Amino acid sequence: MLRTPLREALLRPLRDGALAGFVALVLCLPIVGLPTSETANGLILRPRIPEAIAFAVAVFLGRFALGVAEAGRPRPVALIALLVAIAAPFIRFAPEFSAALAIGGLFVALRASLLAFPTLAGRITGGVKIPPVAIKRAPLVILALLVVLPLTPVIDRRLLDIAILVLTYVMLGWGLNITVGLAGLLDLGYVAFFAIGAYAYALLSISAGLSFWGALPIAGLCAAVAGLVVGGPILRLRGDYFAIVTLGFGEITRLIAINWSSLTSGSQGIAQIPRISFFGVADFTATPDAGRHAFHELFGISFDPSHRQIFIFYVILALALAVNAFIARSRKLPLGRAWEALREDEIAAQSLGLNLQRIRLSAYAIAASWGGLAGAFFAVRQGFISPESFSFLESAVILAIVVLGGVGSQLGVVLAAIVMIGVPELVRQLAEYRMLAFGVAMVAIMVWRPSGLISRREPSIRLGAAP
Amino acid sequence: MHVPPPMAYFLQQLVNGLVLGSIYGLIAIGYTMVYGIVGMINFAHGEIYMLGAFLALIAFVALSAIGLSSVPLTLVIVLVVAVTFTAAWGWTVERVAYRPLRNSPRLAPLISAIGVSIFLQNFVQLTQGARSKAIQPVLRGGVTLYGGGDGGFAVTISWLQIFIVVFTTVLMIGFTLLIARTSLGRAQRACSQDLKMASLLGIDVDKTISTTFVIGAALAAVAGMLVTLYYGVIDFFIGFLAGIKAFTAAVLGGIGSLPGAMLGGLLIGLIEAFWSGYAAAEYKDVAVYGILVLVLTVRPQGLLGRPMIEKV
Repeated sequence: MLRTPLREALLRPLRDGALAGFVALVLCLPIVGLPTSETANGLILRPRIPEAIAFAVAVFLGRFALGVAEAGRPRPVALIALLVAIAAPFIRFAPEFSAALAIGGLFVALRASLLAFPTLAGRITGGVKIPPVAIKRAPLVILALLVVLPLTPVIDRRLLDIAILVLTYVMLGWGLNITVGLAGLLDLGYVAFFAIGAYAYALLSISAGLSFWGALPIAGLCAAVAGLVVGGPILRLRGDYFAIVTLGFGEITRLIAINWSSLTSGSQGIAQIPRISFFGVADFTATPDAGRHAFHELFGISFDPSHRQIFIFYVILALALAVNAFIARSRKLPLGRAWEALREDEIAAQSLGLNLQRIRLSAYAIAASWGGLAGAFFAVRQGFISPESFSFLESAVILAIVVLGGVGSQLGVVLAAIVMIGVPELVRQLAEYRMLAFGVAMVAIMVWRPSGLISRREPSIRLGAAP
Repeated sequence: MHVPPPMAYFLQQLVNGLVLGSIYGLIAIGYTMVYGIVGMINFAHGEIYMLGAFLALIAFVALSAIGLSSVPLTLVIVLVVAVTFTAAWGWTVERVAYRPLRNSPRLAPLISAIGVSIFLQNFVQLTQGARSKAIQPVLRGGVTLYGGGDGGFAVTISWLQIFIVVFTTVLMIGFTLLIARTSLGRAQRACSQDLKMASLLGIDVDKTISTTFVIGAALAAVAGMLVTLYYGVIDFFIGFLAGIKAFTAAVLGGIGSLPGAMLGGLLIGLIEAFWSGYAAAEYKDVAVYGILVLVLTVRPQGLLGRPMIEKV
């Protein structure tokens, strides 16, 4: 990195910062500075001009700090930004301003430390060559940690909940990665299959009395059939058009779930979905119903309400690993290679005799079935589902995890799910600003690393010896 | 003159549909222009429209607070305020979130746009509040085309509806002239044909793209202001659905084609109005998505678009 003289390193960022601050002032003056509020006589304005100015100052500081970091002095900037982010909650000016400083400070610190420690950054982000042994071992180490995680005393109920949530998104991310990463199709309506799986389990278990383990394959099948039916006519479309049609499909699914009240009980949702059982053999209750066994009796241990949660954790871990194993295997099979060939060059692959329609449909339907399985899991874990859980935002979040992690990278999905789902859950103080920071993170990661966090991808096959 | 009630009902839906369609058309232009030049779906455009609506609302409340009673003056000031600030937002979004990604993988700008959309929604929710905002009607009254009389169905057009349709028509004509006659329009057309070639021929591509976003945002701001006037109620979430519908309109008309965007907007507005009038209103959004799917599968280039030929 080029180190410019201090004067220059400060002047340009100062100018950029002033410009950014001015623009921010113009933008914020009405929206932040003049909020409307409801009274008995209609709306009135409650001016908060100082807050708008404070926002502009925060933007100026942020842009200035980024500029200085980019001009070759990232380390002090990273340190100061981190300190500002930590000190921000103690500033008694306005909660929004504190949040802006905290979120902004974190992002500046992140950017500056990425610049400051290119090797470390590279190790996380793939910019620098990782020793192949580390790549090979890392998933195993992570897996071993995950398996023992619920049994260690460090983990409490809340952490386990977050871990389950993150794993659900990892599974969804991996499932979507089949369409987006392997087949190269941009699916903006993946949540539809998630919803179909969830509703399939909820309805089957309540009306037909099926257990989770009996309903799970049916839920996957339902989603796969939906994928086949929907995918059939639309897979001929070019990239962006395909994306928008899938978005439409996702929204149609949600609207049907809202309006077809006789089946789905509309926007009220379905409550009291039967809980998960230990492979249909035993229930996780202190006092099982007549003719049923209890889990703790079966194993001769004392009853603990956390047993069910730990079991659920292992279920989602197994489901996620199944998706991963499926992808790893399919990339070596002719089908997976055909997916990747069509992604790389449609026309060349077709001229070699690959049936575009059929191969893409298989990717779409298989990804759909994994989404359906995840949906059934979601329903059994929550015990309650409503159309609200299946909005476009969910699709966007899942896609964001895939793309931010680095399209096609399995490890990247895990990393992105932790960053985008796990971290915001941990930082409760910023709960209100969670989605705001989420949006900023999506833009920031794309602008700073357009190919995702882990952009390096091993080719599925290599001609000749590996270099 | 006696108009049979079914006929009168039809006329009323036609009027409602045209008004709605004009508004969709205004938003659709923003999508189609950006897609035509940069080749990306500007997912945040619906949110820009929402910002326009909020800025118009703030201006209305501010003007009524200082006691301005002249309706034309109010409308002009609100229009100027909404357009100016929304255009500034449009410019900033392009500068911050899209320009650095111009030569990145295809997915990057789309994800960035979705990020902007999530950010703007939550930003407005936090700063302006999550509840929906209502204002008093500014333009009241209208013309009754057919009074109804003995059990008939009355057909009325409010002054506001006339204002919306006329104003949109004037804007569209002006905009068409801008694209066809001015040097800016020429630069935009050149960029939409071939970005690289245009820059080789001395067109400032960055500036042209910036202007495109500014114009698109300005038109979306007008749509936002009109919606605030028309419905009188807005909230931070209106951008999503309107954005999808306007995008559908752009696709229906043929994305990249400006007359197509206007035509598509009108068609979507009419379809929505007639569907609400004659079929199940709660499925009107499903109908719009259904049409989107149908158009794309049957005629992907849209009604007025040119088919895209893929070259190897």
